[in-house]
Amino acid sequence: MAEESEEMDKLRKIREGDVRTASRLIRNLEDNLPEAKSAIKRIFPHTGRAHVIGITGSPGAGKSTLVDALISSFRKKEKTVGVLAVDPTSPFTGGAILGDRIRMQRHAEDPGVFVRSLATRGALGGLSKAVGDAVHVLDVMGKEIIMVETVGTGQQEVEIINHSHTVVVVLVPGMGDEIQAIKAGIMEIADIFVINKADRDGATQLYSELTAMLNMVPEFTGGWRPPIIRIGNVFDSGPFGESMEELAAAIAEHYRRLVEKDLLGDRMRRKTLVEINEALRDAILEPILKNLTESGEMDRIAGRLLRKESDPYTIAEEVARRCLK
Amino acid sequence: MVSPYFRENEMAERKIRLMVAKPGLDGHDRGARILARCFRDAGFEVIYTGCHQSPEQIAAAAIQEDVDLVGLSCLSGAHRTLFPRVVELLKEQGAGDIAVIGGGIIPDQDFPLLYDAGIMAIFTPGATLDSIVDWVRTNVKPRK
Repeated sequence: MAEESEEMDKLRKIREGDVRTASRLIRNLEDNLPEAKSAIKRIFPHTGRAHVIGITGSPGAGKSTLVDALISSFRKKEKTVGVLAVDPTSPFTGGAILGDRIRMQRHAEDPGVFVRSLATRGALGGLSKAVGDAVHVLDVMGKEIIMVETVGTGQQEVEIINHSHTVVVVLVPGMGDEIQAIKAGIMEIADIFVINKADRDGATQLYSELTAMLNMVPEFTGGWRPPIIRIGNVFDSGPFGESMEELAAAIAEHYRRLVEKDLLGDRMRRKTLVEINEALRDAILEPILKNLTESGEMDRIAGRLLRKESDPYTIAEEVARRCLK
Repeated sequence: MVSPYFRENEMAERKIRLMVAKPGLDGHDRGARILARCFRDAGFEVIYTGCHQSPEQIAAAAIQEDVDLVGLSCLSGAHRTLFPRVVELLKEQGAGDIAVIGGGIIPDQDFPLLYDAGIMAIFTPGATLDSIVDWVRTNVKPRK
């Protein structure tokens, strides 16, 4: 009973925007503690109010700098802002350097802004496994805008679409030939394109390639053709500020369109399906894997495979027959 | 999807999170960066916030990031003011349980003042990276 009221107390604090309690919960989610899951069970009914914006693009494209400038822009409009910034975990040591904050530290003392860095911890899609739940936490804290910054992505880390209402893909000139623009993957997920560092050579060419690519799309969902916003040198503050306002306006416009055309539900449904997939995986697959590993059977399986005594499909079917009765 | 490599190497214990920060006007961050890298290699999650941070920014970031430890680096001589201020701010904001250590060009005679102010350890030129990592492993436990 005491535990129950303690948990309710924590939940109340988070809803009042208490940073300490919220950041602790996010940490417990990252560490996959059972009590963190039970907290999510309680807050889940209160989620779904924030506008979640995904920011993705290659390493060094300028994502963190854009997020920093967007924070300022949203704060001018008196919106509260939460940021989740993801950086990669070392596959060898499990350690990570989380450096996205460097660009955003001028907002550290603003009580209307909450920035939290997350390490990928082995997740493959450009995010961390805890991101979905961390978004819920920021949402329940009352953040009106939540920006999720992915790791520097390659061509196919597209998981961000499952967690955001508006996806901004940040490109920079000089990254490849015109074939890059028609490849599948990250180029398909943008609601808004940014050509960052547009003062550099190749920006005009990139702009026309993107335009040509978009011209080939027969029909846009909800009639939304992704705008292409060119943003120049961050140190050239006048023009930079103007193009940032253009980006902020495009983001707001996209959200309005989602609401108007009743498309927000589709995006939320996508997230919900991913969440239940993950939860099922945790509830069903993880215990099986844990059991196999702890009992030493995983080693024996690896040995059988290496000696070609069996194959992965046969073994998976055996395990499934045994475990999923 | 989590890569199986990670699953195999997943440690049962909680991950140590710490922050490396440079308070004040000192822009010499080579040491801080090397240390951040070395903490990464030790398997910690390291938040690096860059140079020219005010104690207020450092304390706020430490709380938002829920770190176990803040490592302050100062080579400019302002450690007597800046280091204790960070500890004070953390305490004021109910985060006195976040450990604070310091390093840089710090004369021996300043050690008592810093220890009294709540700085838990001080590392000066000559301290090996291993000795710093060992100190963290021994003294910092990820909090519940």
